[in-house]
Amino acid sequence: MPNILWIVAALASAAGWGAIALHRGETISAAWLLLAAIGSYLIAWRFYSRFLASRVMALDDARITPAHRHANGRDFVVTTKWVLFGHHFAAIAGAGPLVGPVLAAQFGYLPGTLWIIIGVILGGAVQDFVILVGSMRQDGKSLGQMAKEELGATTGILAMIAILAIMVILLAVLALVVVRALEHSPWGVFTILCTIPIALIMGFWMKVWRPGKTVEASIFGIIMLMAALVGGRYVAASPTLAPMFTADGMTIGWAIIAYGFVASVIPVWMLLCPRDYLSTFLKVGTILALAVGIFVTLPEIRLPALTRFTDGSGPIFAGSLFPFCFITIACGAISGFHALVASGTTPKMVDRETDARLIGYGAMLTESFVAIMALIAAASLDPAVYFAMNAPLPILGGNIDAAIVTIRGWGFVLQPGQLEALAAQMGESSLLARTGGAPSLAVGMAQVFAGAFGPSLTALWYHFAIMFEALFILTTVDTGTRVGRFMVQELAGHVWKPLGRTSWYPATVVASAAIVAGWGWFLLQGVQDPLGGINALWPLFGISNQLLAAVALTVATTLIIRSGRARYAWTTILPLGWVLLVTTTASWQKLFHSDPRIGFLAHAAKLATDAANGTMVQATASRLILNDRINAALCGAFVLVTWAVVVSGIRVWMQRTASGEQRTAGEAVA
Amino acid sequence: MSRDQLAAWIAGVRKVLGMPDYAAYCAHVRQAHPGTPMPSEREYFELYLKARYEGGPNRCC
Repeated sequence: MPNILWIVAALASAAGWGAIALHRGETISAAWLLLAAIGSYLIAWRFYSRFLASRVMALDDARITPAHRHANGRDFVVTTKWVLFGHHFAAIAGAGPLVGPVLAAQFGYLPGTLWIIIGVILGGAVQDFVILVGSMRQDGKSLGQMAKEELGATTGILAMIAILAIMVILLAVLALVVVRALEHSPWGVFTILCTIPIALIMGFWMKVWRPGKTVEASIFGIIMLMAALVGGRYVAASPTLAPMFTADGMTIGWAIIAYGFVASVIPVWMLLCPRDYLSTFLKVGTILALAVGIFVTLPEIRLPALTRFTDGSGPIFAGSLFPFCFITIACGAISGFHALVASGTTPKMVDRETDARLIGYGAMLTESFVAIMALIAAASLDPAVYFAMNAPLPILGGNIDAAIVTIRGWGFVLQPGQLEALAAQMGESSLLARTGGAPSLAVGMAQVFAGAFGPSLTALWYHFAIMFEALFILTTVDTGTRVGRFMVQELAGHVWKPLGRTSWYPATVVASAAIVAGWGWFLLQGVQDPLGGINALWPLFGISNQLLAAVALTVATTLIIRSGRARYAWTTILPLGWVLLVTTTASWQKLFHSDPRIGFLAHAAKLATDAANGTMVQATASRLILNDRINAALCGAFVLVTWAVVVSGIRVWMQRTASGEQRTAGEAVA
Repeated sequence: MSRDQLAAWIAGVRKVLGMPDYAAYCAHVRQAHPGTPMPSEREYFELYLKARYEGGPNRCC
């Protein structure tokens, strides 16, 4: 790219940031957010990622990549740069960058925008890139294996336990988002139920009837999926069919648990693999369509830059801007989970070392842009509608009339009938207190699509967005349960050998049941939570994801120091320090904050008082107190495990730099 | 767009979506292990499923 274009990029970014800084107390166009984001990404790409690639990791195309060395035509496959970029992006993008920014919009659009852009440039993209290169230079080793080799066996096992615990929380919170999106929505339930027979037919198609013909099976699947989406409207409108597909949260929760268990013990080709294709196709297609829609419509940002809830009194989740904005938006800025993918399939496919810059750093910048788009979709809603949809019902006052009064108290005006009219437009019975982020994102997306492609299909767009989110979340539940099962078996194999054998069916079933029971317990706890569950579980998920990032950045720093480049270790120590500060503060507050809305233990104490006063049934209080204690224990355990990994990392760094025992980048790889 | 370019595009899209590519596998076997019997598309699909779904996480949140 000629220099003049980089100057244009710099000016665009400056104009975007300038407009954001100067427009206060009035709505601004999404165009300024887009300019600020894209301009900053381009500058970071041109300068910082180049520095990381040439200096910090010293990428060298003379070094042969595992895709060439171990080429086997299956997992080790030489893949061209842009195709692998697409593949890696499709693997890392998920529900996280879509839901997190929507929830964090309760602070206003400004904090989220700043964190998504700055966080990715200095944190998330650095982590993904360094881990990708590290794994690529060690024949595609996983994060857990690298932790074990760089930091010792005990630390390696701690890291594996942390990864497993994070999986459990991740699956629970994502499944909860689906429950909240499908509750009392016959259209949504019908569409998602249809995906199961569609996937089964696709599975038999490409395994039994026409082996290997995945493309034709997928085209059939996509057509059927669209038919199911359109058909859902008639189901929802039918007085006989609609009640059959209307379910409450507990029913849907149990259904997802049963589904997750079955999907993880039957062969992958039946359900998991076809759903994987469908959801990836839909994910990439929808993200592209959303980008087109946002650029065409350039919606007004109607949410204020900052809301009054930065003080911690927010209705969607409690806790002040620092640290909770930075854990609520996990995936769009920095996501520890990416380190698992960057040390999984991708490093085995890289053609030349220098390609890793686009794949590791570039794909994460793109994911950050997805988060910005989700933020724009949420922030372009009427703020009153945003809060009416995302705040839990008890906080809103229990019904629509009380909600109008409550929301007026927050400074936003919800007109009588406004929410009902919007619900009818979206083909839903109600949009009040539809927590979890997905429904309000779907409304935002439906409005963007309707603005870009015509308003007549708004209800269809809404349900398309719900289907898109639910489909790929459920695919994460399938694959996550299966991966979790392998981890359980690997850990259990240390205790009793036969449990580690993945080919032994009883071990498979027991390990699957264990992992499903784990996330299922948290899911049902969330479904039954009087405040909707998202407010308790999402922060726990954010904390765990960012703590995994701390583990990954510790490993990344160790890799940099061991390759003899300790003077550049600040590139990973900087985000590591920030992530540790944020997560440790957040965990401390979740444990010990005196406000029962924030601290688990204070909440348990309040429940005990309520039960003693007779304002709450003793059995309910006991159940909720147990939940609080388990959440608190888990939160504490996460922090301790992470700090153990970080401290052992620091000891290794000090030994390395003190003894001067440094490998050169070249010999580190053998 | 020529036939070859179109085929390359389709192969690229398949890979982005994580789908198997039998033609590429045949090319690999011919080049790396000449003389060995070529696995059928059905056999290759089995190998692909194992490689793709029995490793670590290949999907994120």
